[in-house]
Amino acid sequence: MPLYYDDDQAMLAETAQQFMGEEGAIPKQLRHWRDRDCKDGFGHGLWKQFAEMGFTGMLVGEDDGGLGMGHVEAGIVLEQIGRNLTPSPFLSSSVLAATALKHGGDDVRGRWLPGLIEGEKVYAVAIDEGAKHRPETIACRAEKSGNGFKLSGKKDFVVYGASSEMIVVAARTSGSDSDTDGVTLFAVPQDASGMSHDSVRLVDSSMASHVTFDGVELDGDAVIGEVDGGREVLNAMLMAGRVGAAAEGVGVAQGAMDMTVDYLKQRKQFGKLIGEFQALQHRAAHLYSEVEIARAVTIKAAQLLDGGSEKADLMASVAKAKVAKAAGLAVKEGVQMHGGIGMTDEYDIGLYMKRDRALQEFLGDQYYHAGRVAEMSGY
Amino acid sequence: MPDLESFRAETREWLEANCPPEMRKPVKDEGDIYWGGRNATFKNDAQKAWFEACRDKGYTVPEWPKEYGGAGLSPAEGKVLRQEMAKIGARPPLSSFGIWMLGPALLHFGTEGQKQRFLNEIARGEIRWCQGYSEPGSGSDLVSMQTFGEDMGDHWVVNGQKIWTSYADEADWIFCLVRTDKQNKYQGITFMLFDMAAGGVTTKPIKLISGNSPFCETFFDDVSVPKSYGEDCPGYVGEINRGWDVAKYLLGHEREMISGAGGGDRTAAIGAAMKRNAGELDPVLRAELAQFDVDALAYTAMGEKFLDELKVGKAHPAQPNMMKYAGTELNKRRHELMMAAGGSRALEWESEETGGGKPSRNWLRTKANSIEGGTSEVMLNVISKRILDLPGA
Ligand SMILES: Cc1cc2nc3c(=O)[nH]c(=O)nc-3n(C[C@H](O)[C@H](O)[C@H](O)COP(=O)(O)OP(=O)(O)OC[C@H]3O[C@@H](n4cnc5c(N)ncnc54)[C@H](O)[C@@H]3O)c2cc1C
Repeated sequence: MPLYYDDDQAMLAETAQQFMGEEGAIPKQLRHWRDRDCKDGFGHGLWKQFAEMGFTGMLVGEDDGGLGMGHVEAGIVLEQIGRNLTPSPFLSSSVLAATALKHGGDDVRGRWLPGLIEGEKVYAVAIDEGAKHRPETIACRAEKSGNGFKLSGKKDFVVYGASSEMIVVAARTSGSDSDTDGVTLFAVPQDASGMSHDSVRLVDSSMASHVTFDGVELDGDAVIGEVDGGREVLNAMLMAGRVGAAAEGVGVAQGAMDMTVDYLKQRKQFGKLIGEFQALQHRAAHLYSEVEIARAVTIKAAQLLDGGSEKADLMASVAKAKVAKAAGLAVKEGVQMHGGIGMTDEYDIGLYMKRDRALQEFLGDQYYHAGRVAEMSGY
Repeated sequence: MPDLESFRAETREWLEANCPPEMRKPVKDEGDIYWGGRNATFKNDAQKAWFEACRDKGYTVPEWPKEYGGAGLSPAEGKVLRQEMAKIGARPPLSSFGIWMLGPALLHFGTEGQKQRFLNEIARGEIRWCQGYSEPGSGSDLVSMQTFGEDMGDHWVVNGQKIWTSYADEADWIFCLVRTDKQNKYQGITFMLFDMAAGGVTTKPIKLISGNSPFCETFFDDVSVPKSYGEDCPGYVGEINRGWDVAKYLLGHEREMISGAGGGDRTAAIGAAMKRNAGELDPVLRAELAQFDVDALAYTAMGEKFLDELKVGKAHPAQPNMMKYAGTELNKRRHELMMAAGGSRALEWESEETGGGKPSRNWLRTKANSIEGGTSEVMLNVISKRILDLPGA
């Protein structure tokens, strides 16, 4: 398979670019909701439009009413989300939660997928426990209780958790905290009693919760996949989410770079356009090459994931780490090359810096993933 | 694509039958590379057998048309062949400036007669070419070059000096930039082809910091260059005084080659091998290796994407410059880390254990990667100008 978009994908890219550039644009979404101190952090109207575009259920199989597309396609949408800094639950709901739900039985899929596809419902995922992403260790526990389970523990960085109708929770049903086995995924409805949110606004204006489960009673049919066999589903979710986050990061990087290169062609100092200074040209050119490479490896990882390749896990980490480097560079160079105006809230470049910071942490930062690459390579 | 899968199966079978086990080991140094040419000798029977099998199949230049010595493979088939060769670690059967540089330029600008003659010679490894671009006063600012050809009707008389001419002392022919109009900087250069055995050509090897002497000063002293080598076969490529277009086009291919976009050793991850060599790694070195491997694996994907796009005309025409910049900077970093992981053993300059100082000599050699074929700074200039469209670049 060649490593570029086929005709259908190129068409989707065009559609997504146009749609997000209009409906998902910074003034219309990010600034709009932020400046109104919106407690959701995103617009439900846009989520409905995502559904009309077919985005919400794009990864869901056709038998379940979705479009049965792959991660290359999801990445195409996410790149545009990143470029426009469009706040939306797409990554959490349509990539992460959807990947988990696809592994569920008929009941679970029938209960949760239609609402997602129609854009009526928003789902979150609860994986992290602590300030850093360490999914190898899961302490949150679900004890058997009657026909179901009783869930106790805490989760962090649950993006859009308080606005979600359901949260996919990775919990331990047997063994000790750092065991690979003994993990089970649950679909926990928002109205489950004993679940509480401490919802906080993050640096990028998105909302995330610290969620406490205090003996939350769950039916047996809240289980997604097999009891104690959730690690595999969790890994599938993580791969999908990481490749998705990488794609969004490519968009953030591209957006920041485009703004910056434009500015180099407008701003004059010393009687010249600042883009004439070679010191800045070389930094911009270096940035360009990093962003190109980041995009290539992200598409590669998505293709491997769609092809069911055993290399997908490694390349998902490579992509997440590489994009973090490239996007981090893009936003830092972006602010610096804008000078003072780059520090103002009125100007958008700072918004890219903030979103990048949040994406860096989501599902593992570059250090975590570089470490993972080393481990998977045997050193 | 069923066709492609049957091609893959055939290819696998053919490689199994024709690629000797010795030719499936990594290239250790220059001596392992077969360059072809009039005076070429094979290092061993395996090298000879592998070269001849590929030559006869058109696999020295698989994607060139059959009539010019290639196998006429489509881009997709070419990729399959590369993948299958990479899978078994097959070495390139023939390496040469003819394949990487002159060939593509002839395919684009050459006359039918030139293609018939020169491309077949290149594909069959009969003639080894060198590149006469740089001069003592003209490196990055190549277009300022002065070597002059005086028009004598049916031939030119060329005088001047080239420098850093790789393998000039071993090459049979040279493709050479010669000024034919002193008044016109860009449209006053002719891209000439001539025999290094011609009277008045002398070469003087220059020793590199790696201790090897792969390049030369090349002097032209009243060298007579014919305007024609027979019917439809001019002694220059493109038009007279329009050699700069050919020169630039060729540089794109040179940069693509130096970038290591095709994969292989230059872009592979190294952490695991370093651990095997070094035993325990310092935690900070391990971290650097991990960062390197991230960049290397990502760059490998970039190489694949770049070549796929190039083959179907989707790549930005200036993208080889980006590839060269990123690929060569990566390769330098790679060898820095290999030296660090290698410790004092890697310092040995002549020992048997290091194959005559390979780690240190290779490390030093890589420093040229970001100079040869256009420096990293020049690559960044070109990206600024042609891709980012920055002012005054
Ligand atoms: C191993 C090796 C093999 C080679 N083989 C060949 C060959 O076969 N044939 C051939 O013709 N040539 C060959 N070359 C020559 C090579 O192409 C030149 O060395 C190269 O183009 C740089 O020119 P220079 O050495 O004159 O450096 P200079 O142009 O003098 O550069 C010196 C420094 O100044 C920087 N610089 C120059 N201009 C600018 C600018 N505008 N902006 C910013 N920085 C700038 C450069 O990047 C460099 O860091 C070879 C070189 C090497 C090292």
